[in-house]
Amino acid sequence: MRRFLVWALFANVLLVAPLVFDSSLSQSLLSQMGIAIIVCLSYNMLLGQGGMLSFGHAVYSGMGAFLAIHTLNGVSGGLALLVSLVPVVGGLGSMLVAAVLGWVTTRTAATPFAMITLGIGELVWSMALMFPEFFGGEGGVTGNRVTGSAPLGVSFGPQIQLYYLIAIYTFVCTALMFAFTRTPLGRMLNAVRDNPERVAHLGYDPQMVRYLSFVIAAFFAGISGGLAALNFEIVTSDVVSGTRSGAYLLFTFLGGSTFFFGPIIGGILMVLAFVVLSEFTKAWLLYLGLAFVLMVMAAPGGVASLIMMNWQLARKGRLRQLGVGYLALAVTAVTMLLGAGAMIEMLYHLQLDSALGPELKFMGATLDCRGLDSWFGSALVMLTGGGLFELSRRQFARDWSLIQLRMAQDRLLGELP
Amino acid sequence: MEFFAISLLNGISYGLLLFMLSSGLTLIFSMMGVLNFAHASFYMLGAYFGYTVTSVLGFWPALLLAPLGVGLLGAAFERYFLRRVHKFGHVPELLITFGLSYIIVELVQLIWGRSSVDYRIPVALDGPLFSLFGARFSMYRAFMMAVAVAMFGLIWLLMKRTRIGLVIQAALTHPQMVQALGHNVPRVFMLVFGGGCALAGLAGVLGGNAFVTEPGMAYSVGGIIFVVVVVGGMGSLTGALVASLLIGVMQTLAVATNTFNQVAPMLPYLLLVLVLIWRPRGLLGTREG
Amino acid sequence: MTFALELKDLHKRFGQTEVIRGLNLAVPQGERVGIIGPNGAGKSTLFNLISGRVVPSSGDVLLKGQSLKGKKPFEINRMGLSRSFQISQIFPRLSVFENLRCGVLWSLGYKYKFWKFLADLDDANDRTRTLMAALQLDQKRDVLAMDLSYAQQRALELGITLAAGSSVILLDEPTAGMSQSETTRFTGLIQEVTAGKTLLMVEHDMGVVFGLADKIAVLVYGQLLAYDTPDAVRRNAQVQEAYLGTYAEN
Repeated sequence: MRRFLVWALFANVLLVAPLVFDSSLSQSLLSQMGIAIIVCLSYNMLLGQGGMLSFGHAVYSGMGAFLAIHTLNGVSGGLALLVSLVPVVGGLGSMLVAAVLGWVTTRTAATPFAMITLGIGELVWSMALMFPEFFGGEGGVTGNRVTGSAPLGVSFGPQIQLYYLIAIYTFVCTALMFAFTRTPLGRMLNAVRDNPERVAHLGYDPQMVRYLSFVIAAFFAGISGGLAALNFEIVTSDVVSGTRSGAYLLFTFLGGSTFFFGPIIGGILMVLAFVVLSEFTKAWLLYLGLAFVLMVMAAPGGVASLIMMNWQLARKGRLRQLGVGYLALAVTAVTMLLGAGAMIEMLYHLQLDSALGPELKFMGATLDCRGLDSWFGSALVMLTGGGLFELSRRQFARDWSLIQLRMAQDRLLGELP
Repeated sequence: MEFFAISLLNGISYGLLLFMLSSGLTLIFSMMGVLNFAHASFYMLGAYFGYTVTSVLGFWPALLLAPLGVGLLGAAFERYFLRRVHKFGHVPELLITFGLSYIIVELVQLIWGRSSVDYRIPVALDGPLFSLFGARFSMYRAFMMAVAVAMFGLIWLLMKRTRIGLVIQAALTHPQMVQALGHNVPRVFMLVFGGGCALAGLAGVLGGNAFVTEPGMAYSVGGIIFVVVVVGGMGSLTGALVASLLIGVMQTLAVATNTFNQVAPMLPYLLLVLVLIWRPRGLLGTREG
Repeated sequence: MTFALELKDLHKRFGQTEVIRGLNLAVPQGERVGIIGPNGAGKSTLFNLISGRVVPSSGDVLLKGQSLKGKKPFEINRMGLSRSFQISQIFPRLSVFENLRCGVLWSLGYKYKFWKFLADLDDANDRTRTLMAALQLDQKRDVLAMDLSYAQQRALELGITLAAGSSVILLDEPTAGMSQSETTRFTGLIQEVTAGKTLLMVEHDMGVVFGLADKIAVLVYGQLLAYDTPDAVRRNAQVQEAYLGTYAEN
């Protein structure tokens, strides 16, 4: 019953979001988020569910995008296909590519697998400039989604129409990928992740399990690419780049690879970072790198695991006990980050925007990048915040352990006759 | 003929540079099971450090100080960051080096700017060493080869003739046993990681002025050294040497011709795929990962 | 008559060391064989050879009359052989129920299907539940395997091995590391759950082996010193000298 409510909530959010956030920027962001959610979920089929660390997933989303845009141009040229079905063509195309490349790729596991995916990714990317008929050369391939027949008057001209198409695909793909986790193949994929040798002794060929899952993941990645082709109406070679693959990895991991919904968070963060954060600060890649490293060290299960850990506490009514601790952490962390952020921004300003003069607006205050007091002040804020954060963190860790201990006690007492 | 001979020599010097890079990567992987995704970033740091030290103190001090600096940074990273994720397994270890590579690229751009820097070959080494059938082989290339060979000689001596070398060799395959025997294996790990990074840094000092020094250099060479390591066989130094020379020569020859110039960037990866189809363990593979 | 398992002049060399030196054995269907021998005798290697984890240097293994030459572990399992491991090979991040169900899926023909839901596979779920009850793990149904105690993990290990219902079963030191009471309970469990099947069991606990086995095979330095009823083996002078020591005198 609860599961049904969660899905209903998800559908409702998808339906209502563009009405709540109704600026054209928001609609564009929401569209991109839907696309990102599908591709990150597909990536997590490999990473979180299969234990396969791929550095070349962009090959499949990218190939889907290219196939889709060529198909779209075909529709403009008279091909009888609904524009709304173009992403499926992208998905099927990626699946075919994965069927070929995946056989070689899934012969190994762990580190060799990661390296093969990296190599294939680089191979495809370096081919992109060699076959301009397909990859469009420097300018990429353009298309027009307002083409073909327009059933029910839906031409996909307005962004809102395209958003709802994306929303439908997002919902359906998410549901399908979730369903996959509850099938024999999906479960055996988890088993292969945990212990491939044992799987072999249970009658399953681990390579076949990986291979089939790889192809299915590529299908969804291709759909995502196809939707992107419709959304931007242009596909350039960087959809198959190593940077793109790296982004999938980074954000899926950040969102959380150990829970199904983690990549949904990851996809949303990815769009926010690439589109919004990059507008606010030139240092966004540095912040991303730092956040990622921090997450690996402190919470390798990602944002999703943090949410779930607190959810567990909330269910037992113990989350309240951490209220003060969280507040202290939040305030001190923000202080520390403000100080650090100010210094980083000043550095970037000096390096990149020095032509604009030494002054920088940061969070409402005006900083003088060449003024000692700005630097001193920022450093002081950072260090004070940092010191207090460390103190709060230690106290919080103690509180957390105590609560965990009490919960374990309760569990044990509950088991007694 | 003359073209071929000079290109071959150039290819070998490039191959030796690649080996300098990939040997550090292989050593780190063999011992710690960690694939250092940031390895090429340390190469880049070496080039930039080399550039800065050269402009202040000259090339010859840079040859010593830059790799040292890079090695120290590598050791510090191992000690304070990599070690902390060791308990989570190999994937988080790889991921943290992946994150580090992002950070290093950003910091380099922050400090030295986004365009390439004018890191030049020292005047003393700039010029032809000899002429072969009318084509010239540069002195600097020969110098690179000499340094590479000298470096390997030193490492070989270190590994085979000193006590610490013995411990490292043992820890390469049986770290727990070595620790049980009372050796400070974490310290050995730090040393090997730092040493591997220092090697990458040295390669950077040498390669940065022969080729271009710019923020994108880590990305372009990074892919190639992974190919080297996989084709050679993960965990095999000899394999890395063979693969480095093979790819170095292949790349250089391809770039120099007219027919293969366009496909040159693709060749190492094509080789990777072919080797993996035919022989998934790599040419001389020992450890699967 | 087709034997359940036959070893024909089996050899295995690792580099210069010959670990299995010409083993010949024929185990009839339904027989329970206890394999004993000192450490390093090659018992685990033998199991690895039979289950396909390791390739013989020469000689052959026949399962129900069919040669296993060149076959991979999953192919051998599909032919009707299951094995357990000395160090529990379970799926740490899956629950007890899921662990056992994984063992059941192939044998019921579900293979690589991704268009059916696990929850709807009644036969798989029923068999898993029965197995879980037999192992006395039903209280731990949703506990992750990595959170189980050692003995519980050994029980799970046994369960995964038996889940497919294979007719030939290899157990590698199933009671290793258990207390006396756990061992007794576990031995009873093994007896119950492997009724009617062909069983090969490596064990160091003599009480377990001599109580459970129809025949005992003594493996010393890669060779079969004896293959006979427990009493005959006990009285065998060679075996006494090589291995049994004081136990033989009891």
